Amino acid sequence: MANKSVVDFEAIKKDLANLPKPIQILDENSKVVDQDAFDSFSDDDLVEFMKKMVWERALHEQTMNFSRQGRMGFYAPTEGEEASEMGTVLAMKKQDYLLPAYRDVPQLIQHGATVTEAYLWSRGHVLGNEYKANSMMPQIIIGAAYDEAAGVGLGIKKNKEEDTIAFTYTGDGGTSQGDSYEGMNFAGAYQAPVLFIVQNNGFAISTPRKKQTAAPALSQKAVAAGIPSVQVDGMDILACYTVAKAARDYITAGNGPVMIETLTYRYGAHSSAGDDPKRYRTEEEVKPWHEKDPLIRLRKVLEDKGLWSDEQEDKLVEEYKASFKDDIKEADAAPKDEVSDMLKRTFEIPTPEMKQEIEKFEAKESN
Amino acid sequence: MSKKTYIQAITDALDIVLEDDPKTLIFGEDVGKNGGVFRTTQGLQDKYGEDRVFDTPLAESGILGLATGLGLKGFRPIPEIQFMGFSFEAIDQIAGQQARMRFRFNGKQTSPVTIRTPYGGGTHTAEMHADNLENFFTGVPGLRVVMPSNPYDAKGLLISSVENNDPVMFLENLKLYRSMKDDIPDGKYTVPLDKANVVQEGTDLTIVAYGAEVNEAKKAAETLAKDNISVEIIDLRTVSPIDTATIFKSLEKTHKVVVVQEAQKMAGVGAQVASAISEDAILSLDAPIGRVAAPNSVYPFAQGEDYWIPGADEIVEKANEILNY
Repeated sequence: MANKSVVDFEAIKKDLANLPKPIQILDENSKVVDQDAFDSFSDDDLVEFMKKMVWERALHEQTMNFSRQGRMGFYAPTEGEEASEMGTVLAMKKQDYLLPAYRDVPQLIQHGATVTEAYLWSRGHVLGNEYKANSMMPQIIIGAAYDEAAGVGLGIKKNKEEDTIAFTYTGDGGTSQGDSYEGMNFAGAYQAPVLFIVQNNGFAISTPRKKQTAAPALSQKAVAAGIPSVQVDGMDILACYTVAKAARDYITAGNGPVMIETLTYRYGAHSSAGDDPKRYRTEEEVKPWHEKDPLIRLRKVLEDKGLWSDEQEDKLVEEYKASFKDDIKEADAAPKDEVSDMLKRTFEIPTPEMKQEIEKFEAKESN
Repeated sequence: MSKKTYIQAITDALDIVLEDDPKTLIFGEDVGKNGGVFRTTQGLQDKYGEDRVFDTPLAESGILGLATGLGLKGFRPIPEIQFMGFSFEAIDQIAGQQARMRFRFNGKQTSPVTIRTPYGGGTHTAEMHADNLENFFTGVPGLRVVMPSNPYDAKGLLISSVENNDPVMFLENLKLYRSMKDDIPDGKYTVPLDKANVVQEGTDLTIVAYGAEVNEAKKAAETLAKDNISVEIIDLRTVSPIDTATIFKSLEKTHKVVVVQEAQKMAGVGAQVASAISEDAILSLDAPIGRVAAPNSVYPFAQGEDYWIPGADEIVEKANEILNY
């Protein structure tokens, strides 16, 4: 018989679910719930946040249009995640090294890649992998970026680069990968300057968050690695930015890594390649998340302050979309990625066999 | 010149690259204070400090992910995977990440990682410690696989591997670690990658081998010499890519070949050599290509190793079959 006086596992388990409330500055009704935090933003800051989210949503809408026209390759829709994505990346600095996953293309652009490069990445063109930004290309293997972020962070530490961190993203599904734990554990062991961000958007393709783990919060995944972590309302850009900025400040002060879980939602499909979310979730389930929409939430605050109008937003969206149309034309003009070039960039010193292959393909390509 | 074991030759090479390039880093399980479970990194932490030579948590994917990330920040990592069987845990970081880095970044970013790991049978280890897994990695574009057969080559090839700007799997043969001693130069020298070595010249038969099987080939050649058979032995040194030119040149002279490997026969280095000969040098031959390899079973437990791993006797038998064809 179990002896409760020695150990009460049920009580321990219950205690795990005793979580602090996710950090919030604006609630679902746009009410300020943390006045001090809210007051730290100027009107210009608030307008800038709004513009970034409008930009990301316009990017999404235009990309979906291009996708329907058959002009895109792989695309992971971002609608609903604007506060989480823009809020966190805006708190970073250009010298920081980004290790994004495939849904983090807007952050990659915000960090310094061009929209044209993002379109080329989507289409599967090598010029979509070369950025002026300090960044990897979006990672396809879930979890791998967490391991690599530990290495980049340790490199930053060894190089004694001041005011610089590595930051990386994964999703709720990504936290189930062993690599996400290994990466956090290594970063913790070396006290490397890394910010791990988990965008919990509710689904890994069709598998709901609750089926990924018995852990009450994904932020708890960092606990075993000795890393401080927190849940934040991922539909509140002010909270996402504030928490990411605080995390960055804490990390750059030499305190080791931090993990943030943003509670957000993917309105659309996993990818634009024909996945239908109606197969695994109901409209009723999605509706409350639309009511928490990050754009609606901040827009209301701005309108109340007389800082924003529909006309202004429509004009911005039009401008953004026009520029995306120019960007895709630029992507259309990218030169063909020749097989000889693929061979040439496999090794610095090609093998003798590859030299022959290169010659063979160059002869074909010059015809 | 000093007499050095295979292990000491490796330690020598690591010492030299740590001294030469401040961006080199050595890390892995137990490589620090303990000097590695085989003492290949002995004394290096004391000499270069914990910043350059350090222990890691026990997780192979984490170790190689750390290497990938450090590579992105301009370091030249030399991680150790304690036993090659443990590299299964890190296949994504090797094949999915490091080997693709130059390709992905259009040549602008590379992954100059040299992964050192011991493999090979004959020392009666626990399961998953001795397996010859080179066959998994020779099929990975963007990755070199280097398998030295003696202390001299181990030192020179390791320095070349570290200095190479692309990822290299550097496979160290467990049985050779302490069983061989060579006179090797004390200072820096290199042995070129991608180049096979003609270990001994001969006119009647070519034996192509690598790793510990080179010694078996030498023993076989001695036996065959008693029957006045002159054997040419080629040590591949790098098994991906394979230096086919050296093999083809030899076949023009001997017209007969036996390809030897310690690994299981299927889809491996020997098959690649045989395929290259079939494709581009078949007319040099006047007998079928002979192959000696381990059976296609799962790698044996310790007690089965001695009779499972192909040795000199099997090579002699196959050589006679080819010579008498």
